[in-house]
Amino acid sequence: MDLLIENDHVKKVAKKIPEKVDREIDAKGKVVSPGLIDIHVHLRQPGYEYKETIETGLRAALKGGFTGVCPMANTNPIADRRSDMEFEVSEARRLGLANLWPIGAVTLKQEGKELTEFGELKKGGAVALSDDGRPISDSNILRRALEYSKKFGLPILVHCQDEGLFGCGCMNEGFVSTKLGLPGIPVEAESVEVARDLQLADLTGGQLHFCHISSRKSLDLIRQAKAQGSRVTAETCPHYFHLTDEVVLGYNTNAKMNPPLRAKEDVEAVKKALKDGTVDAIATDHAPHAQGEKDVEFDKAPFGIIGLETSLALSLKLVEEKVLTMTELIRKMSLNPAGIIQVDRGHLSEGAVADVTVFDAGIEWVTEKEKFESKSKNSPFLGWKMKGRATDVFVGGKHVLQDGKIIF
Amino acid sequence: MSPKEGAKKEFRWTKKDLLSLEELSREEIELILTTAESFKEVSSREVKKVPALRGKTIANLFFESSTRTRTSFEIAAKRLSADIVNFSSQGSSTSKGESLRDTAKNIEAMHVDTIVMRHSSSGSAEYLARFVRAGVINAGDGIHEHPTQGLLDIFTIREKKKTLEGIKVCLVGDILHSRVARSNIWGLKKLGAKVRVCGPPTLIPSKIESLGVEVFYDLDKAVRDQDVLNILRIQLERQQGAFFPSIREYAAEYGITMEQLKKAKPDAIIMHPGPINRGVELSAEVADGPQSVILDQVTNGVAVRMAVLFHTTMVER
Repeated sequence: MDLLIENDHVKKVAKKIPEKVDREIDAKGKVVSPGLIDIHVHLRQPGYEYKETIETGLRAALKGGFTGVCPMANTNPIADRRSDMEFEVSEARRLGLANLWPIGAVTLKQEGKELTEFGELKKGGAVALSDDGRPISDSNILRRALEYSKKFGLPILVHCQDEGLFGCGCMNEGFVSTKLGLPGIPVEAESVEVARDLQLADLTGGQLHFCHISSRKSLDLIRQAKAQGSRVTAETCPHYFHLTDEVVLGYNTNAKMNPPLRAKEDVEAVKKALKDGTVDAIATDHAPHAQGEKDVEFDKAPFGIIGLETSLALSLKLVEEKVLTMTELIRKMSLNPAGIIQVDRGHLSEGAVADVTVFDAGIEWVTEKEKFESKSKNSPFLGWKMKGRATDVFVGGKHVLQDGKIIF
Repeated sequence: MSPKEGAKKEFRWTKKDLLSLEELSREEIELILTTAESFKEVSSREVKKVPALRGKTIANLFFESSTRTRTSFEIAAKRLSADIVNFSSQGSSTSKGESLRDTAKNIEAMHVDTIVMRHSSSGSAEYLARFVRAGVINAGDGIHEHPTQGLLDIFTIREKKKTLEGIKVCLVGDILHSRVARSNIWGLKKLGAKVRVCGPPTLIPSKIESLGVEVFYDLDKAVRDQDVLNILRIQLERQQGAFFPSIREYAAEYGITMEQLKKAKPDAIIMHPGPINRGVELSAEVADGPQSVILDQVTNGVAVRMAVLFHTTMVER
């Protein structure tokens, strides 16, 4: 198969393209995929530039094979105004690395009390709204958000967490938390809110998307709703289909994230849900934290791990394990996320914007702290043997990653 | 006297830290108990001191208030002729925002051999041991473990009952928030005791049965035929979360009275890690009665801590 890129778009896709070109890239043995999109990252700018900046975050994205990312709104200040969206977009444009499609807050300061100006946020570039990191506990506020957002075609991305059940928990509730003496977070802290939110989606007809689903119980509810015709969408993250709460043993703060790593049956359920379509997209919830913040007593460490540079290899494992076909996987990392945020990407048909990821599914490598582009190194996958890596990335026709190196 | 007398000759202590009873083998626990027996004799002498740790420096680093445990470690260290210094979190650099890592590194820079730490975070002792060269003794980390309390409880049971094998022990109270319970369970199970836990369903941690204990909600049933009742302290500061409606009701359902005690074996012993909330966990008659070994626990605590300090500090680094 040949793919011809002209300027910023795909000119032609055919078995053989005889036309003379300026430059030719041999992708034999590799996979040429629509540019990967991660709709759930934290780039920390403004406010927490010591953890990550838009620049280091976008470099990490390119290294991981992503041509576009959606940063969540929990920056400092919270991204709840049009000018916050405009800042992110213009900063990304100035850098010219990968696409940045910002997410605005649903409520002012993410306090869950008053709605932000959805229309203004959209004019500033917002593609979705989320209070991620915090739940919207007031059902009426979420109801209104789901209703009002219909006017603007903006999906609401929900972080499901029942505050009461969550309590002061810092890992999954179960045998491991009992052994370690760490306050547990029951699965139901997630699934109780999933159940509520499904009802609100039904009530309002709004576009509801579930962030980082981690448990069997939540997935069963979403599957059931979809079977009954609900249009909700859901994402999960590579750590939820690779790791269980056993990884926390030894008080490993790089295994501390929210929602927490669950039991083996949940890992299996996440894979099943990827296979049967209950989960539409793979996102990373890339959450950088500085070394000093994670190098503390477990209960004092912040939640979150980085994920942009390990996601592709970890997700390719699903193909190796025959959970997904290569096409299904690529869809969950490009076309489906593009559909959720309603950007015209995720396909390489003629005339499409030339966001392209070329990866070699067979390259073996080891994750090393020093090699991350991300400013932070908080990964539970350090030292893991990985298979599969992006070799070349094009963003809007521009060659930005070549042989695994950022050339921009 | 050599503290190694009586210990199995082939067995040697190799750990610079004591972080939990989960990580100890049966042989290691038995070695500490045997060593503690010989050290107990030291405390009954006219001159209560042996030169075993002369020239060694031990730091008590207590981030949570404690009188009993801190004093017990202090006396234990002094009876072994070690120099011991106390750091408390109040008025210290910690309250000025210094991290645990920095505080510990600074103490270590003064060439301390062993750090005894109590801290409110579970896992803090293990965390500390990862980056200091000094030995680390866990004197209670959050709700995780309190290994020297576990060892002194086991020592006391063995002293009174001669063996742990087949001995029936019931732990009563707030199991969820109890580091004493976790250390007791690991240690007792390794030495062959039969362990049950009893408390309000809200204070029984998830999947605790997987540790090999039986779970009871009803005190009447739980105490039946038991050799040992180890009554845990209700920590009022940990009870925010609707675990039970009132202290009054807790005392009515789970308080040990003479009447409850009669349902256990006639020679059952009553233990409590202290400090006691009299009239809540235990009635005064039970606490002060003939079956109570609460003060023996305190006495034995010094001997057990001497044994722990001795083995960990003398280990080759």
